[in-house]
Amino acid sequence: MTVFIIRRLMQSAFVLLIMSLLVFFGVYAIGDPVEIFIAADADQIERERAMQALGLDQPIWAQYGFFLLNAMRGDLGRSFVFNIPSIELILQRLPATLELAACAVTLSVLVGIPLGMYAGYRPQSRIAKAIMATSIAGFSLPTFWVGLMLILVFAVQLGWLPSTGRGQLGEFLGIHSSLFTLDGLAHLLLPAFNLALFNISLVIRLTRAGMRENMPMDYVKFARAKGLTQRRVVFVHVLKNIMIPVVTVIGLEIGQVIAFAVVTETIFAWPGMGKLIIDSINRLDRPVIVAYLLITVVMFIVINLVVDILYSILDPRVRLADAGH
Amino acid sequence: MTEATLRVESLQTHFFTKAGIVKAVDDVSFSVARGKILGLVGESGSGKTVTGFSIMGLVDPPGRIVGGRILFNGQDIVGLSEDRIREIRGNRIAMIFQDPMMTLNPVLKVETQMVEAIRAHADIDRLTARNRARDALGQVGIPSPEERLDAYPHQFSGGMRQRVAIAIALLNKPDLIVADEPTTALDVTIQGQILYEIQKLARETKTALIWITHDLSVVASLADEICVMYAGRIVERGSVDEVLDRPAHPYTAGLIGSVPSRNAKGTPLVQIPGVMPSLLNLPSGCAFRQRCARADDACAAAAPEPVGARRQVRCIHPLTEVA
Repeated sequence: MTVFIIRRLMQSAFVLLIMSLLVFFGVYAIGDPVEIFIAADADQIERERAMQALGLDQPIWAQYGFFLLNAMRGDLGRSFVFNIPSIELILQRLPATLELAACAVTLSVLVGIPLGMYAGYRPQSRIAKAIMATSIAGFSLPTFWVGLMLILVFAVQLGWLPSTGRGQLGEFLGIHSSLFTLDGLAHLLLPAFNLALFNISLVIRLTRAGMRENMPMDYVKFARAKGLTQRRVVFVHVLKNIMIPVVTVIGLEIGQVIAFAVVTETIFAWPGMGKLIIDSINRLDRPVIVAYLLITVVMFIVINLVVDILYSILDPRVRLADAGH
Repeated sequence: MTEATLRVESLQTHFFTKAGIVKAVDDVSFSVARGKILGLVGESGSGKTVTGFSIMGLVDPPGRIVGGRILFNGQDIVGLSEDRIREIRGNRIAMIFQDPMMTLNPVLKVETQMVEAIRAHADIDRLTARNRARDALGQVGIPSPEERLDAYPHQFSGGMRQRVAIAIALLNKPDLIVADEPTTALDVTIQGQILYEIQKLARETKTALIWITHDLSVVASLADEICVMYAGRIVERGSVDEVLDRPAHPYTAGLIGSVPSRNAKGTPLVQIPGVMPSLLNLPSGCAFRQRCARADDACAAAAPEPVGARRQVRCIHPLTEVA
């Protein structure tokens, strides 16, 4: 297991290097940030001074070299726009996104697994059919449209829930979050549901498929032949088998939800990372883009590692052996 | 005669499918006494497994027991509530399945799967249950049972898994064990060992045993009594010696003839011509008549009723008379 983790971390470092190289040169190829920052009527001397200040007068490979050297020391550069360290800028916005993502994933587990289990357990019932029909809508309707409809119905028509911002933040153990105040929770509900809808549908379908696949298996019949209650057969024997693929997908979802919360954050004016990255791309704020993507990659790597470890806990046949031998 | 542990009377289990009613078990009667072994023999699809599941109360929709009685220790268990039948299942009647690779849950430890079987029926603390599970593993010949309790099924070989399944069946000292082809998926050498073990354990504990198989040679060495099933019905019933030495039904004779033996080395094996008819589309009269050399018009007219009492045959033209 230790060997497995060390090997995985080394692979991850390599992935990060390649990633940074691609993004760095990619952004360079898109356009020159100086054109955007500097007033159109600036003269040549002003331009040169600005480029020197940002280090943009150096050849690209030298810029990358500097970036790497600084990155080793944990400095991912200063934002061209805000002139503060890009990592700081991102970390300011990260909690809001994490909060939203965590709620969305929790929702998709708490709603998706029970509904999926029911739909798989009683596939012929009307409720199961209704669940499945709804789930099709859930992953076919575009997120932005659902978001707008949610605002229209619950914020505008019914006036039950607020539609923008994080609301009042509460503090608990030094963490500021909307989760700790009623007002914050009210603000969180709509965007979290909007972000979760696709994932709920996905989890429902996956759980249902697992249920339908596992229920006719011999081990289920044998468990029943032992005289176990149906509750124990379903919630211990079958559920633990179903969880194996579901955990994998939920792990991937966490990464996706964090990285691609852009649409929901934009619609609900949620002050998260998604909005920051869109703004940064528009302004060619290279240090922020690079730092954001690196952080996203790190998150994916960590999530995948956790999923692999969870997988080996859930499925005793999987051993995190020293693959590659 | 003492009360039989299990007496099945005119059992009918039908499956209501879209294509029609499948009479998987149709008018089946037999009984097993304490400490006795009954061999239930038949081809795939003859209804022998469904008979086993009917006894366990594990027939799933679209299947359902539509008639007959299953008297277990004198009590009819057909139509009992799910809770009542659950108390009997795994406790008084246990079942061993065909494929040991599929019957144990792959993601739960052997200990979990054994302890839950004990605790489903008795209010026992975890440690006592664990000790009982360990003893049961030892009893079926699993080496170092204490350590093996913490293993997962994939860490066992096929034969060892079947031993675990047998140990689970024995856990609550049942009065009856239904064994559905428990040796079919195993190597021949392991098959012999398992046969021997089960026989020994059943005799020692006076457990009645129903051994479901398609292999006549297995029951020949094991059972006291044999029921031969064909297309959902028992076509012949009797003691092992009677049925194997003097088969009365042409189908039984065909089965016996198709077992390879040393005496007939080099000669082609006798086959029963044709295949078993679909249960959805049984011929009129005797279900076997299209494959039977002795069939005539009388066989097509009406399904033969069972003749005889203890030794019984369903045939108008039996090879030997039973009375």
